[in-house]
Amino acid sequence: MFIYADNAATTKMSAAAIAAMRPYIEDCWYNPSSLYSAGQRAKEAVETARAEVARCIGAEPREIIFTSGGSESDNQALLTAAEIGRKAGKRHIVSDAIEHHAVLHTLAKLEKDGFEVTYLPVGTDGVVRAAAVEAAIREDTCLVTVMYANNEIGTVQPIGEIGEICRRRGVLFHTDAVQAVGHVPVDVCADKVDMLSASAHKFRGPKGVGFLYVRRGVKPATLIEGGAQESGRRAGTENVAGIAATAAALKEAAANMAANAAKLTALRDRLIAGLAEIPHSALNGDAKRRLPSNVSFCFEGIEGESLLLMLDDMGICASSGSACTSGSLDPSHVLLAIGRVHDVAHGSLRLTLGEDATEEEVDYMISAVKEVVERLRGFSPVWRDLVSGKSEFIL
Amino acid sequence: MALYSEKVMDHFRNPRNVGVIENADGVGEVGNAKCGDIMRIYLKIDGDIISDVKFETFGCASAVASSSMATELIKGRPLSEAKALTNKAVAEALDGLPAYKMHCSVLAEEAILNAIGDYYTKHPEKADKSR
Repeated sequence: MFIYADNAATTKMSAAAIAAMRPYIEDCWYNPSSLYSAGQRAKEAVETARAEVARCIGAEPREIIFTSGGSESDNQALLTAAEIGRKAGKRHIVSDAIEHHAVLHTLAKLEKDGFEVTYLPVGTDGVVRAAAVEAAIREDTCLVTVMYANNEIGTVQPIGEIGEICRRRGVLFHTDAVQAVGHVPVDVCADKVDMLSASAHKFRGPKGVGFLYVRRGVKPATLIEGGAQESGRRAGTENVAGIAATAAALKEAAANMAANAAKLTALRDRLIAGLAEIPHSALNGDAKRRLPSNVSFCFEGIEGESLLLMLDDMGICASSGSACTSGSLDPSHVLLAIGRVHDVAHGSLRLTLGEDATEEEVDYMISAVKEVVERLRGFSPVWRDLVSGKSEFIL
Repeated sequence: MALYSEKVMDHFRNPRNVGVIENADGVGEVGNAKCGDIMRIYLKIDGDIISDVKFETFGCASAVASSSMATELIKGRPLSEAKALTNKAVAEALDGLPAYKMHCSVLAEEAILNAIGDYYTKHPEKADKSR
């Protein structure tokens, strides 16, 4: 059996997305900036896609900037707010401890540049408190940036509540919605969002394309200079085929969202219930307030990389927040932020389901994970000490 | 491109000398759960020879493979040889480790030295002799 259960990392392109891409590779491959009609047809494809993407998130077409992906969108959003803040003499930003590194590293850069950032803690449920955001906003706050849904533990944040607070307090609000768009209902008007980042390959579109929503009236800072594309907000010849595919993928995801979410939520809960049978394990993040596809667990006494490689041998593609898989000495900052101690955070596993997942696959994953965890615990000195009572169980 | 050599994967999938030696003559442990790797090595010593060796490891594939290979390299060998085992020799026997995983082989070397040290602590007369 081969099961791809790493859909938070990337997704398989949909047939609709591939079909939407082809004409702009094979036939209408012209430069959208060219004046002749062939070029203008390419331009039309970009604008049609922009309108579709805007529609799917409740925005106006001119509020959408196509970018190279989620990271670029996050960078541009944060630098936009920083530029506006700097001009107004406001140099304080409110964020939280479980953001993606595209946000955290950009914030670190801004801190070196004289900005002050408040990183709100999250509860053990992995949810940012809207009241804490409100309390953290100061006179000199120029931006609140809180992700829509977390990439590791799948928790969905109270974006509407935070948006309400920010709008009332007159502070720009950005949300990294890379894991949310195409999976849960996102409406920039209802949520009172000023800027929103998304990435196409997370909703069955192509890699290398994303978009940034910037509310009308907010002037985006430019990261890339050199041309008038994207109304002068992002230079570089448009990835026409990728942009067309992005719109096709998002349109399909939006149309099927309710059905997919219902199906995946049931499979997710079946997987969670199965893995919870493993002794000394725990679900990471709130059980209900999470993405329909996300299952994240910690297993005491084992290490994540070994777990992943053994699952790979059994045909399962998964992910972990252990140090060995992150390439650093520390396990995932998200797991540490929700209160998992190092010893436990090393033994983490993330399974993220795709819309074609089946009950049979879920049951296979449950038995495979049980088998591998038992095998690894069988030669783990940490597990031996826990079982013999030499050290105490945490989970 | 594979993450690890075939040899590393072989020792990870089928680790040699896994387990515990009850009443071992020497036990060595290195690492901590905080940094994500713990190795424990158990030695049975007959005269000057490591007659049996077992290990338990909490860690990534390269940590498991390093301990497995290290135990293979010292099993049935004299203590003097085991003491001279370097992390480089362990890594080479595994057909190499990625640079950022070399510390796993260092842990294996240190775990063996600690186990031998433990044996000498329990048997000071042997330690004197070894000097």
